Amino acid sequence: MNGSAALPPESGAGALSAGELRDAVARGDVDPAAPVRAALERAAAIAACDRSGLNILLYTDADDARDQASAVAERGRRGAAPGPLAGVPVVLKDNIATITLPTTCGSRILDGYVSPYDASAAARLRDAGAVIVAKSNMDEFAMGSSTEHSAYGAARNPLDSARVPGGSSGGSAAAVAAGLVRIALGSETGGSVRQPAAFCGVVGVKPTYGRVSRFGLVAFASSLDQIGVFGRTVDDAALGLQVIAGHDPLDSTSAALPVPDYRGAVRGAMTGVVIGRPREYFPDDLDPRVRARCDAAFDALAGLGAEIRDVSLPHSRLAIEAYYIIAPAEASSNLARFDGVRYGLRLEGDGLRGMYEATRSRGFGGEVTRRILLGTYVLSAGYYDAYYRKAQQVRGLIARDFARAFGDGVHLLFTPTTPTPAFALGACAEPYDMYLSDVFTCTANLAGVPALSLPIGRVDGLPVGGQLIAPHFDERQLFAAAFALERALGAAAHR
Amino acid sequence: MAVTIDDVRHIAALARLGVDDARAASLVSELNTILAHMDVLSTVDTSGLDAVAGIGAFAAPLGADLGPPIPLVRPIESFAPQERDGFFLVPRLSTHEDPEAA
Amino acid sequence: MTASSPPGDRYEMVVGLEVHVQLATATKIFCRCSTRFGGAPNANTCPVCLGLPGALPVINQHAVGLAVRAAQALDCTVRPSSAFARKNYFYPDLPKGYQISQFDQPLAVGGCVTIGTRPDGSPVVVNLTRVHLEEDAGKSIHDRYPGATAVDLNRAGVPLIEIVSEPDIRGSAEAEAYLTVLKRILEYVAVSDVSMERGSLRVDANVSARIRGESALGTKTEIKNLNSFSGVVRALEAEFARQCAVLDAGGRVEQQTMIWDSASGRVSPARSKEASHDYRYFPDPDLPPLVLHLEWIDEIKRAMPELPEARRERYRTEYAMIGASIVERLVASRAVGDYFEQVARQSADPKAAANWLTTEVPAALNASSSSLDQLAVRPADLAQLITLVNSGVVSHTAAKQIFATMVATGDPPRRVAERDGLLKVSDDDRLAAWIDEVLAASPEEAARYLGGEQRLQGVLVGQVMKRSNGSADPKRVNQLLAARIGR
Ligand SMILES: [Mg+2]
Ligand SMILES: [Zn+2]
Repeated sequence: MNGSAALPPESGAGALSAGELRDAVARGDVDPAAPVRAALERAAAIAACDRSGLNILLYTDADDARDQASAVAERGRRGAAPGPLAGVPVVLKDNIATITLPTTCGSRILDGYVSPYDASAAARLRDAGAVIVAKSNMDEFAMGSSTEHSAYGAARNPLDSARVPGGSSGGSAAAVAAGLVRIALGSETGGSVRQPAAFCGVVGVKPTYGRVSRFGLVAFASSLDQIGVFGRTVDDAALGLQVIAGHDPLDSTSAALPVPDYRGAVRGAMTGVVIGRPREYFPDDLDPRVRARCDAAFDALAGLGAEIRDVSLPHSRLAIEAYYIIAPAEASSNLARFDGVRYGLRLEGDGLRGMYEATRSRGFGGEVTRRILLGTYVLSAGYYDAYYRKAQQVRGLIARDFARAFGDGVHLLFTPTTPTPAFALGACAEPYDMYLSDVFTCTANLAGVPALSLPIGRVDGLPVGGQLIAPHFDERQLFAAAFALERALGAAAHR
Repeated sequence: MAVTIDDVRHIAALARLGVDDARAASLVSELNTILAHMDVLSTVDTSGLDAVAGIGAFAAPLGADLGPPIPLVRPIESFAPQERDGFFLVPRLSTHEDPEAA
Repeated sequence: MTASSPPGDRYEMVVGLEVHVQLATATKIFCRCSTRFGGAPNANTCPVCLGLPGALPVINQHAVGLAVRAAQALDCTVRPSSAFARKNYFYPDLPKGYQISQFDQPLAVGGCVTIGTRPDGSPVVVNLTRVHLEEDAGKSIHDRYPGATAVDLNRAGVPLIEIVSEPDIRGSAEAEAYLTVLKRILEYVAVSDVSMERGSLRVDANVSARIRGESALGTKTEIKNLNSFSGVVRALEAEFARQCAVLDAGGRVEQQTMIWDSASGRVSPARSKEASHDYRYFPDPDLPPLVLHLEWIDEIKRAMPELPEARRERYRTEYAMIGASIVERLVASRAVGDYFEQVARQSADPKAAANWLTTEVPAALNASSSSLDQLAVRPADLAQLITLVNSGVVSHTAAKQIFATMVATGDPPRRVAERDGLLKVSDDDRLAAWIDEVLAASPEEAARYLGGEQRLQGVLVGQVMKRSNGSADPKRVNQLLAARIGR
């Protein structure tokens, strides 16, 4: 495939927002089987599961999806209250454990692995009546920013199939952008939801660290990982997050805090709201077209009554460096469990040691291998203080910058989500070049604060994302601003 | 600080990643390229700062000493690469070639 | 000095011990699987302790409480905030590729154990470095299937504390004393079943040899695989002798891990190729700091069961009639002391209770190689037996026989005595009949006794007791026999 893909127009239930569809199912106007069937038919029509096509979905199971849909319908017939996602088809990133479809993290080392338990987020979706229709393609173990680094082939951007959908949650972002589903789950370690949301022209939210249970999210870097939600609109994303957010006793890092009503967040004026414009996120060499889109968004926010204030987050310039020490360090330990002993791939070698080495060196791809080695190195004797400890201290400084900005009366920050729109497949030959596409996003992971990307316009037909960042656990304010900005920009967000 | 080929072999051994000589050589330059970017961190004054582990300032919750455990919907033999009598089987450790060694 | 004199003359054995103790919880430390011993392979496992992708740990509150109690019993300082760290290494029975342990922020630091008294009366004290919490690994079985190692993860995630001593121990006898005292304290505070057979107490020893009179420590080696106290003693002696020989030959002791083979009585270097361990410890990002509220720490301290030292003092005053060496035996284990106190209270005869607990009871346990909690005779029954003796209902001789039957059947003493005809007989007619039978059976002794050889009276009383199955009242038998020769 090459160049722009002409996606067939959406129709019927597929054109409804997640909330509208759920209400139609709740009223009995729509049989849950219909939107599920529509999603899978559309997936087939646009070659979403096809390795030589868009390759955005790795696993689907029409029979299982139908069974889930009829279980939702049956619940309705028995008079049970319809869940907040009754009959809504959803796609999950391939690193979120599900008992039906495989969970392979885009890696050969988990080829064929089907989890014997559901991730808490998956279980909450099922309880809410959602139907899990597919697992989506991703950079192997979420290591990458393009969804090119999947053992099952690169995924393509549905808006321009010569370009990447971003990553690592590229498959989920693309599934929403291609109109397969209105809600998909991704995961973030350093921008892996917001960056592909920006590249695919959809909404992506990374909640506060601790807001959504990580139980069942296959760990990349545990202190940074967080499940995020893609929506076609802010409302779709808010509804998805509403369902999966909240305390989980199975995750010791999950926050025992109440979850406010995100969809009910104020959707109008922003009088009295102070939006910070952090200068480090608007460097001199920023693509002027991206800058122009951001300026237009600032104008829209100001037009809604918000006050725009210049701020500084000086340590954000060190974020990539700190991130690429902390994340590989944790990954080197988290990925030690893939050893061929209990599950997943096993390749024989000379004795036990040979089995370990054959399994791991051939089961993991190049980027994963590189990061495991980098992480092993920075944790090893003699280097820990210079790298890992130092990076954690810098992380503390980055977080302190955010705390100071928010403490000084700034309610939200607004930045570009990425320095550039979606790049072409194969454009990032050097690993470090690709790392740089996370430069504006990975700070929120390091600081643990919630952030959301939404479309703010296009450059050469490619979407540009704008990022809102809020204080810890203030997703409601994030959504309030996103609702307002989405409405103010209107069709301009997709032009 | 620069990574040497011996460092790569050492960390590859620690990580149980079989790496041949050609790959080891290219990894030396790949890792050094990445680590060169990281050296900027050493210029930051972090004296007197605690290393933060995780950003949430929570204390670990403590669970009750009570079952049941999280159930497996499929048994071990459904995902184990090699299983026998309920055990996972792996190639015998080279340090235990003689059966009497414990 | 010559190389032919015993090494102990020139060198001093310096030992530090690391003791792993399984905590007595119902479920594992980071998941809610049972800790029960002896289940089918991998029966007690779940996503967490199998290390399945995506699973996360949650700390068991009871494990923390028991660890705090143990640390307090060892006089450690419990830290209000500690942290879990990952110790990274590959082994088939280590499911996640790392062990969750504590590293630079342990649960408790300091502490000490008094293991005896020097001739001058000063205490011999072993200081502790730390006590920390960690998870156990699973079990690798190497001899079950040809060419394969079988992995059972039932044990993976069982809560342990590791008690690390300073290198304050001098010689293998002190090492044994330290372990004995440590085990006793842990048993007293009920944090563990401290069973070496079940692997709930495991010891690694760090040992070095240094020239007597020097203050710097020599290079140490670590001996693993020590699974009995006598094994610790033998392994320490063997390794010390090896090190002394190396030093005497002008060599240097290499810092390494040694494996003890109890069958051959030899230590040999671990065959692992990975000589240089690099565990890459770092704080476990899945677990926030372990923060203990001071009120909880205080509450655990207030609820601390009586420690051996305190019990010894209490017995000395409460049971002044019991000798010091008997007290020592009663306090050797909490179970013995608890049993003793119940018998003493219910029989109102502490001296008899102590006597039973240090003679017949251990003999019975020895004979059946069982432990006190398995003994069929419950304290109330033994107390009743003592009361029967004291009230003259059964004789001392019969009591021992009754006890043996109680051990075998679990029946109460009076029922045994009645059923087996062991109630004390004071009836002169029946006693006279037994005396007649004894005299008839041994005419020669009878003649000598009746002829005035009074010292034979004891022998004859013994024979009457035997013939009566211990039920004859020995006092009355003596009187009746004496009457036969007109005394
Ligand atoms: Mg240990
Ligand atoms: Zn478990």
